Amino acid sequence: MARQDSSDIIFRRVLAIFPISILVLVAGLFFQLISSSLPSLTKFGASFFVSSVWDPVAENFGALPFIFGTCLTSLVALLLAVPIGVGAAIYLAEYASPQVSKVISILVDLLAAIPSVIYGLWGIFVLVPFMRHSVQPFLGKYFGFLPFFQGPNYGVGFLAASIILAIIIVPFIISVSREVILAVPSVYKESALALGTTRWEAVFNIVLSYGKAGILGAVILALGRAIGETMAVTMIIGNNPTISSSLFSPGYTLASVLANEFAEAAGNMYLSSLIEIGLVLFLVSILVNILARFLIWSVTKGASEATK
Amino acid sequence: MREMIQASFQRTRRRRALWDKVMVGVLLLCAVSVLFILFNILLHLFIKGITALNWNFFTHLPKPVGEKGGGMANAIAGTFILLGLAVCVGVPVGLGAGVYLSEYASDKFAQVVRFVSDVMNGIPSIVYGIFAYIVCVLPMKGFSAFSGGFALGIMMIPMITRTSEQFVRMVPNQLKEAGLALGVPKWRVTLDIVIPSALAGITTGIMVALARVSGETAPLLFTAFGNHYWQHSLTQPIAALPLQVFSYAISPFDDWHRQAWAGAIVLILMVLLINSWAQFYVMRRNRWSAGK
Repeated sequence: MARQDSSDIIFRRVLAIFPISILVLVAGLFFQLISSSLPSLTKFGASFFVSSVWDPVAENFGALPFIFGTCLTSLVALLLAVPIGVGAAIYLAEYASPQVSKVISILVDLLAAIPSVIYGLWGIFVLVPFMRHSVQPFLGKYFGFLPFFQGPNYGVGFLAASIILAIIIVPFIISVSREVILAVPSVYKESALALGTTRWEAVFNIVLSYGKAGILGAVILALGRAIGETMAVTMIIGNNPTISSSLFSPGYTLASVLANEFAEAAGNMYLSSLIEIGLVLFLVSILVNILARFLIWSVTKGASEATK
Repeated sequence: MREMIQASFQRTRRRRALWDKVMVGVLLLCAVSVLFILFNILLHLFIKGITALNWNFFTHLPKPVGEKGGGMANAIAGTFILLGLAVCVGVPVGLGAGVYLSEYASDKFAQVVRFVSDVMNGIPSIVYGIFAYIVCVLPMKGFSAFSGGFALGIMMIPMITRTSEQFVRMVPNQLKEAGLALGVPKWRVTLDIVIPSALAGITTGIMVALARVSGETAPLLFTAFGNHYWQHSLTQPIAALPLQVFSYAISPFDDWHRQAWAGAIVLILMVLLINSWAQFYVMRRNRWSAGK
């Protein structure tokens, strides 16, 4: 035991300011968002989430097109990124040699380190022209009977934004699911192999079903990132508040309306409505994070107990 | 009868073996397609960035629309100033909280703070921008370098808290006990033995956090705001490299697009440099503990 000097007690109390300030910071963030969006909360109430009027001049605000855009782009991004990300994670954890797996993991980390504004830049000058000239004409020609692939082809829009989001979240899905897969006790897989299953059958039926809660956690964590992703989406979604079943159509998201309009918002009600959008992003991201961490924890905790 | 069973068994086995091989290919394809996208991005970045890069880029101010040339000297300087301010906000709080959690906190309190920092890590960066706008920009009645640094600094806090706690916890107990046995009060042990022993790890954590916020654009949009000239005061709007890349990328001018690519390559090299510096610290640490 340490000698309890008075100097020790003082040091301990001073140091305690820092962790407490973290708690105060988050509480303050929540409080400030609520109090600043109060005018909009009281004026529009629930209609804020179902109205699609966004009229700064008449000070009438509804966020439905932005909510629609955020949900649509995040879901399509997940549809694209989850199979590829989980597949790559299985390959790295179960099939690749340790050296190859290590090199690829470093490269995947590199992909995760690229700032989102650079993804946006690449999106504007590489992805969007490619969408306009190749991908969207192809989809329109062969899958045009589906409502998702109809309408004019601008290049920018929901589909381009979803693809860039998928690229941004794929490294997270890979690294978290790889960790989850590696945490599955190898005894289970080996028992299956000893019973004569092929490697894929062991991976699919044993490893994946054991780790599915953790992988679901990884997917939800990625969803949280997709919902909050701002710059890359703002640069290529077209910034037009539309609700359309066509993925070719330009759209808008919660985060990108903040990026575009916040600095120029004149008038209290306008600002307060934008801050309410920020509040929505804050609450959704907290919920999503809590859920994801709980799921990942449930798997990795089981694994550490099994190896004990 | 027996032959029929055997034949059907063989068929199933062949089908399962084939399926096994196909799936290896599919999984490999997933991994390769991710790498393909990464290389595509890096390739465009390097080709378009290097060709647009020249000495003027580092030494000149942006030129007005229509005039060719110019650079992003002020944005590069601005990014360093913002990162400096962010370090001033993020490092004391993050490090202090990390040390407290590892050395003094009760389990319950430590768990709560850890959980809150993890959640903080997941909050979209633009929300921190809004927070800095409410608590800095509105009271100061204007966009400023200070508010931008504040937004980036808060984002660094949870990352630094988690890594410093982890590394401080790894300091061997014998070291602390040796200090305490000499009659040194615990706070001197913490400051003079624990923190210096964990310094390499703590520095790595700070570097990684710095690399992550150095490319952030969204929290700066309505705090630092951007500036086409040199900034002379921390209470004035300030230019930043990611902001400049953003505004040039969405502009309609070819010359500005080229500058955006040049800015992007400088930005990514900066992020990678800070990251590999952090890796270097980790390597040195590992060698130290392996040698023991």
